[in-house]
Amino acid sequence: MTPLQGCLLVSALLFAIGLAGAVTRRNAILALVGIELMLNAANLNFIAFWRYGPHPEALSGMMVVIFSIAIAAAEAAVGLALIIAIYRHYRTANLDEMKNLKG
Amino acid sequence: MSPVFLIIAFVTLFAAAAAMSLRNLVHCALSLVVALAGLAALYLQLDAQFVGFAQILVYVGAVAILIVFAVLLTRSDATPNQAILAPGWIVGIAVSAVVFATLGWAALNSTGLPKEMSPAPVATVKNIGDMLMTQYVLPLEVIGLLLTAALIGAVIIAMKEEPLSNSGRSRSDGASLSKKSEPPHVGSYGSEKEGGGV
Repeated sequence: MTPLQGCLLVSALLFAIGLAGAVTRRNAILALVGIELMLNAANLNFIAFWRYGPHPEALSGMMVVIFSIAIAAAEAAVGLALIIAIYRHYRTANLDEMKNLKG
Repeated sequence: MSPVFLIIAFVTLFAAAAAMSLRNLVHCALSLVVALAGLAALYLQLDAQFVGFAQILVYVGAVAILIVFAVLLTRSDATPNQAILAPGWIVGIAVSAVVFATLGWAALNSTGLPKEMSPAPVATVKNIGDMLMTQYVLPLEVIGLLLTAALIGAVIIAMKEEPLSNSGRSRSDGASLSKKSEPPHVGSYGSEKEGGGV
């Protein structure tokens, strides 16, 4: 197994853990944490391919990761604001208790 | 694969699994911090210093704190005594196992992956800044706009919608709540601002 494959396996496992958490946990905050883990797994892939690729001096993989970190920060802020707003309506942060689309 | 890589990868994956499976939400947030710091160490191992430190600043510094604040504000009991997993959790676990199997199979069986590390590239902060200001200047501007819009949107979403006197309701009247709050929320923000917001 080459080092690149090691990185890819770690990132695949991280993605699977994040996916499992995002779809199975009842708490909305932990679903968001799972999504963050999946984003980070993708970032690890970008960095690994950048480092082991033929043209690392182009810095393209690194740029994608920098932008992706910025977008993930915005996503976390909006997601947590939504959770807080929803909590105010339903008095719960459990996803399976939020059943109404209206109000 | 160096032992350092193995150790960091193991710690990261273990902490990520703990963050997704622990019962206490605060423990989950702390495990998440360990997992994100481990990822930053992996980036440093791969010669991506700037990204590693940005990861620590943004994720360990900001996102983790944001999550702790959300746990605090939603008062979700730190250790819930009902089930922590949604009813159909077996399906979820199975789907993620299939996803991992697919990704792992693809990673292990694909030919043409580079075998060796090329010599370490020059990725100083100066280089990255040059690239951001020349080749990637348009994405940079778009990201700036996106961050502004997202943060203003987050503040507006999380703002209180109605005066505090109405909000002392119990959870049982959540059904009647839908009649009280008008769908276009924008109007209620203005009135609440004038009311002093308590």
